[in-house]
Amino acid sequence: MIVLRIFGALGRLALRQLEHLGGVSIMLLQVARGLPRAGRYAGETVQQMHRVGVGSMGLVALTSVFTGAVATVQARYQFSNLVPDMFLGTVVAKSVFIELGPVLTALVVAGRVSASMAAELGTMRVTEQIDALETLAIPPTDYLIVPRFLATALMLPAVTACADLLAIAGGWFVAVTTLGVSSQIFVSGLRTFFEMGDVFGGLIKAFVFGIVIAHMGCFFGMATSGGAEGVGRATTRAVVAACVLILLNDYVLAEILSRVVFA
Amino acid sequence: MGARPTSPGRGAAVVEVRDLHKRFGANHILEGVTFALREGERAVILGRSGGGKSVLLRHLVGLMQPDSGSICLFGQELVGLKRAALYQLRLQVGVLFQGAALLDSMTVYENVTLGLRTHADLSESELRQHAAAKLAEVGLPGIEDTMPSSLSGGMRKRAGLARAIAMDPRIILYDEPTTGLDPVMADVINNLVLQYGQRPRVTSVVVTHDMTSAFKVGTRFLMLHKGRILFDGDAAALRGCIDPHIAGFIAGDAAALDLMQ
Repeated sequence: MIVLRIFGALGRLALRQLEHLGGVSIMLLQVARGLPRAGRYAGETVQQMHRVGVGSMGLVALTSVFTGAVATVQARYQFSNLVPDMFLGTVVAKSVFIELGPVLTALVVAGRVSASMAAELGTMRVTEQIDALETLAIPPTDYLIVPRFLATALMLPAVTACADLLAIAGGWFVAVTTLGVSSQIFVSGLRTFFEMGDVFGGLIKAFVFGIVIAHMGCFFGMATSGGAEGVGRATTRAVVAACVLILLNDYVLAEILSRVVFA
Repeated sequence: MGARPTSPGRGAAVVEVRDLHKRFGANHILEGVTFALREGERAVILGRSGGGKSVLLRHLVGLMQPDSGSICLFGQELVGLKRAALYQLRLQVGVLFQGAALLDSMTVYENVTLGLRTHADLSESELRQHAAAKLAEVGLPGIEDTMPSSLSGGMRKRAGLARAIAMDPRIILYDEPTTGLDPVMADVINNLVLQYGQRPRVTSVVVTHDMTSAFKVGTRFLMLHKGRILFDGDAAALRGCIDPHIAGFIAGDAAALDLMQ
């Protein structure tokens, strides 16, 4: 009897996950089909770009500066006088461009944007605002989802580029002011091994992470049911799913980019 | 009392529902609902809370698909209709939702002109004029730039009605239009429902359990009970009905409906 219950619970869990997977895939397909009509709701896209980009910059800036500072302190500690200080700039820049910049920015933005999208769309769902759009013959996918996808996918690389610069500035500041490394040495290490491919690779990651963030926020928001409690549940799920998928995609992209861009 | 699939009306049938079934899990909400509304009728769908009235209303505008059965608007089958055709049909239908469903992020003006902005080629000044006229019609002049969050319940309902009628639809669906309003504001809404329902070629469908509202606005009454149309007739027939479920519902008598135990 207990075995049956366990298998029953596992089966229901598997079915629920498959249902989610189906819903997520269908939404991606609907967005792809709605892209040619994106110009019709360009105003919505611009508004979302402002919310995602400008709205996230403060938090991202704070995170980036401290990330760069911590990366510099940690690198110096690991060098332990065995590696010349010149490589401090190299290590900090490479790690920021390839990994820290895109991933940490995406995680910070996911916490803010996925949650906000899920809460907004979820509230619209439970208060029949999305049904109202339907009855006005306005496709909710075109009006609500496509602008959010476009805005997040386009703005995350821009925010990441700013985050990269701020993280390196933070690292440089700590290296010069507290670690006794001269500015010239830090910058020369950074420039000597600088490769544009690292920056592009990071920005490609940011683009994909942007899609993931919007996708999870929109999917869980649109699937909301059950009033205020349902909105809270959707918000939490959106953030958790976005963070997990960012880390998962980060590995997949690292494998792909190491063969294509970083090779 | 008794099923009456069609009733005499002013014009041709604009809404036809045949053998409609809808289940949610084990719950059989609609069990073969059949009726037809002619142009110009003001139909009131009555029934207990949770009895499937709103579910039926959502089917009429294609927000829900039935498990089986048929729904025709203006002679066009809604079930399985392609999205583009469905949207074209919806331009003829206005819906006032229970909570008005105004988009929170937009002003009242943007809400009222949302449909027109998308589907009609009007300039901004024309849209402004149109919105001002519709808001004046519902008794809310000059609130174009107000956000929905600043409106009272009655004002939200009226702004929602202004949006529903913005494209001059031929069918207007009202989901519990007076729920949550004080008696005076409920009467204001009833008068507006009546006012639009009396326009030529406009058919109204009102879902409610407020009998005062129902008798004021309705010309035809359909009682939904246990997923079926238990009664279909006019006000006099409804008042004279001796079926304990219907009489108990009209009187608001829980004992008659066996709800006391």
